[in-house]
Amino acid sequence: MATSAPSRINDFTLKIATVNGTGSASANTLLMKSIFRSGVPVMGKNFFPSNIQGLPTWYEIRVSHAGHLARSGSVELMVALNPETYARDVRELVPGGYLVYDSTWPRPVLLSRSDITVLGVPLARMCNESFTGVRTRILMKNICYAGVLAALLDLDLARMRELLGETYAKKPQLLESNVKALQLGFDYAREHFACPLPLAIEPMNRTAGHVMIDGNTAAALGCVFAGATVAAWYPITPSTSLMDAFKGFCERLRVDAASGVKRFAFIQAEDELAAIGMVLGATWNGARAFTATSGPGISLMNEFLGLAYYAEVPAVVFDVQRVGPSTGMPTRTQQGDLMACAYASHGDTRHVCLYPANPAECFTMAVEAFDLAERLQTPVMVLSDLDIGMNDWMCPELQWDDAYRPDRGKVLGREQIEKLEKFHRYLDTDGDGIPWRTLPGVHPKGAYFTRGSGHTQFGTYTEDAHDYQLVLDRLMKKWQTAKTYVPRPLIEGSGREVGIVSVGSGDSAVREALALLAAEGISVDYMRVRAFPFGAEVERFLAEHALVFVVEQNRDAQLRSLLTLETPVEKAKLRSLLHYSGLPVSSRFIVEGVLAELRGRPSAVKPSAVGA
Amino acid sequence: MTFIAKPRVTHPSLPQNALGLTRRAYEGALSTLCAGCGHDSITAAIVEACWRRSIEPQNLVKLSGIGCSSKTTAYFVSGAHGFNAVHGRMPSIAMGANAANRRLTYIGISGDGDTLSIGLGQFCHAVRRNVDMLYMIENNGVYGLTKGQFSASADVGTRAKKGETNLQPPIDPVLLALDLGATFVARGFSGDKHQLVPLIEAGLKHRGFALIDVLSPCVTFNDHEGSTKSYAYTREHYEPAVLADFVPSEAPITVDYGVGEAREVTLHDGSRIVLRKIDSDYDPTDRAAAAAAVQARMSSGEYLTGLIYVDAGEERPDFHQVNATPEEPLNALPYEQLSPGSAGLRKVLARYR
Repeated sequence: MATSAPSRINDFTLKIATVNGTGSASANTLLMKSIFRSGVPVMGKNFFPSNIQGLPTWYEIRVSHAGHLARSGSVELMVALNPETYARDVRELVPGGYLVYDSTWPRPVLLSRSDITVLGVPLARMCNESFTGVRTRILMKNICYAGVLAALLDLDLARMRELLGETYAKKPQLLESNVKALQLGFDYAREHFACPLPLAIEPMNRTAGHVMIDGNTAAALGCVFAGATVAAWYPITPSTSLMDAFKGFCERLRVDAASGVKRFAFIQAEDELAAIGMVLGATWNGARAFTATSGPGISLMNEFLGLAYYAEVPAVVFDVQRVGPSTGMPTRTQQGDLMACAYASHGDTRHVCLYPANPAECFTMAVEAFDLAERLQTPVMVLSDLDIGMNDWMCPELQWDDAYRPDRGKVLGREQIEKLEKFHRYLDTDGDGIPWRTLPGVHPKGAYFTRGSGHTQFGTYTEDAHDYQLVLDRLMKKWQTAKTYVPRPLIEGSGREVGIVSVGSGDSAVREALALLAAEGISVDYMRVRAFPFGAEVERFLAEHALVFVVEQNRDAQLRSLLTLETPVEKAKLRSLLHYSGLPVSSRFIVEGVLAELRGRPSAVKPSAVGA
Repeated sequence: MTFIAKPRVTHPSLPQNALGLTRRAYEGALSTLCAGCGHDSITAAIVEACWRRSIEPQNLVKLSGIGCSSKTTAYFVSGAHGFNAVHGRMPSIAMGANAANRRLTYIGISGDGDTLSIGLGQFCHAVRRNVDMLYMIENNGVYGLTKGQFSASADVGTRAKKGETNLQPPIDPVLLALDLGATFVARGFSGDKHQLVPLIEAGLKHRGFALIDVLSPCVTFNDHEGSTKSYAYTREHYEPAVLADFVPSEAPITVDYGVGEAREVTLHDGSRIVLRKIDSDYDPTDRAAAAAAVQARMSSGEYLTGLIYVDAGEERPDFHQVNATPEEPLNALPYEQLSPGSAGLRKVLARYR
């Protein structure tokens, strides 16, 4: 590292600004994977438009030897390839940062800052000279900048060729041009710049035992391993890839090679109302079934979710949250459906929600969701988000226990029904608020009528005040039972006055913020809520801290609202840190928020009556 | 209340079906519909058809949406599971249930509001998917539970009880189903059990989506002078095109066919429908001709009834054939056949390194 600048070896953010539909995804994946295979922790975040071709798109790669995988909040190296966004891209660089741009055309605007290093590479010219065909030239420009970065960041070129070989194993012509483009960029950078830059990659051994996977893929795998057989859905960003992945896995793993028989049903519904209806029909009939959607789909599913709650039909619903309200920003991330899912539908309804924080949890929680849905005979919503669902995360390799068998909950079999004098669908025979159910086709004595209208504990229609209330109260008892079944919060540290609470994808940013705050001499405890309803541990954490920051990614402090509605916590001591721009929250945002609050106080803790 | 409670005893002289069950085994809870409601006659026809077909009560699944019609699933076959879905959404419940277990017999009961207004989309898509079920519409042209509003099947010029005249054209479920590729399309009249029972029998046995639209007058809100869905009007204007007899696979044809030309349609399980044409030019296996005949009758204010169209060779695949699902119901597949295990997971993850 022949340089005098402060070293940012394995510790920087690289951002690529380009236009969507030009094939930059493969170059970005190539970069990500080659860093990952160098043993250096890395995270990629895709900020893409809701569009097929021609709008600005960014890809942010965070490299962190310490394993921090959130957005840091700063960019040290920018590859600016989209003239439309040059101005803001240049602005975003930290002082001392590096800018790579396509110098085929003069770009005076890029020289507006004197505190950055500008590296011009004639990408278009080189590709035009080396390749034929408009599309090929555009595509190769991407691999070409990957080559430039390989030289600047000291990436292992042989490993990158190997990755290209894996990608284009069946397309030798494409492989040849890709390798050529990679070398083109690499050679140019080597020839014209002092390579590597101070923010280079140095091989480590911190990614062994890890995979790079997105949450939708991991959730789909969870559905396969949970034994789900019926999947019904309506396409919606950003949940679509979950269903695509499920279908893909099933086609590989569940199709009988000889007969072509498929051990799954995959149904593209006419809308989300039908998708959830199909799931309910299937689970009611004894199959494990699920759907995946996003906020607008949840809105449409409300009516059926209410029925499922009241008639006690299991269901698993993945809500890969995107930015609302309404259509919002379909390709941006948010945690805006916490309230909508918790209390979806009219009347007194409440739903079990699971909040995965990363793809590994998408996998495990998908399996848990099916078990919980059947144990509790109720819909279970898994609230992922676009950031978890569609971005590649480095996470510990997913593990599977072969001893696992689905927990189908309280389902009476033929012999058990035979012995009964009479079957009562909604009777609390065990005192846990969970009644027994039966499946069609088993025994005529097990037959009952499933309905969303008022019913007695015996399963018959009612408009009687007392009989109606008995069932509603028993549902509340079941809710108490649910508190002991759902995943517990993860708590780190204890005894400090200040705590941070977060949920879902905010986790990695909070973890880095904890380290940064500790470096400033501020130690706080941390709790990540992983499920709704909240259990005793959540209440205890809130009770034991005098000041609690609630970090979430929505405007209306929905997690904070849920906490105040569902626990006895004093509202004033919950301080919101709200990030709702549509981009994943950065660690810097949290650090600054916490410091702003604490530094204004004589002591670390002085709750005021002012809300967040 | 239409009935008084009947004691649940089986008199030895009551006829039994192949399962040794009497018709009583196919009855349900007491109807709470208005006395004289057409829907109760349909319920009775369903009881009769299920008994005749010797369907094991637990192997029948009854599905419905919301409305007067949708209440009736509680009034037949109490040994069968029932699912009273939300308004207009029964087809999706049926699709899911059928996906989970293809071995059971699914009967959906809906109304003209439930199917043709709030549930029009789900109805159309269930037809497209050719879900293996019998879907019955108890069609009275009016909203009963909310007291007499026109439904989407109300004919132009028909008059409401309160005096209003309908000016919007109706949606005809039979024409719609024909257009959407339904494989079994029939129309009946609640007042003609003789015609209706064999239609239900055949519909239950048909593989794929079978529609029976049953004109079922509403005695309370749509049985007055000026209504085109009153008992009097319907009796006068329903025109059987084809008389259908259902013949189980094991039985020889013994019925004497006096009228017109008889034609057999064989179903997937070997049972047959014998069609006796009233009009010798009518071909119930010609979709376009069937639609034209329905339309021609409609323009003169008549309802063509009977088995209007049937996919004679059952050529259109049903949902499970398209999906290539196993004969074994999905809900009964052992877990070992569904999970690739830890070794499978390692293999899958190889490409994520």
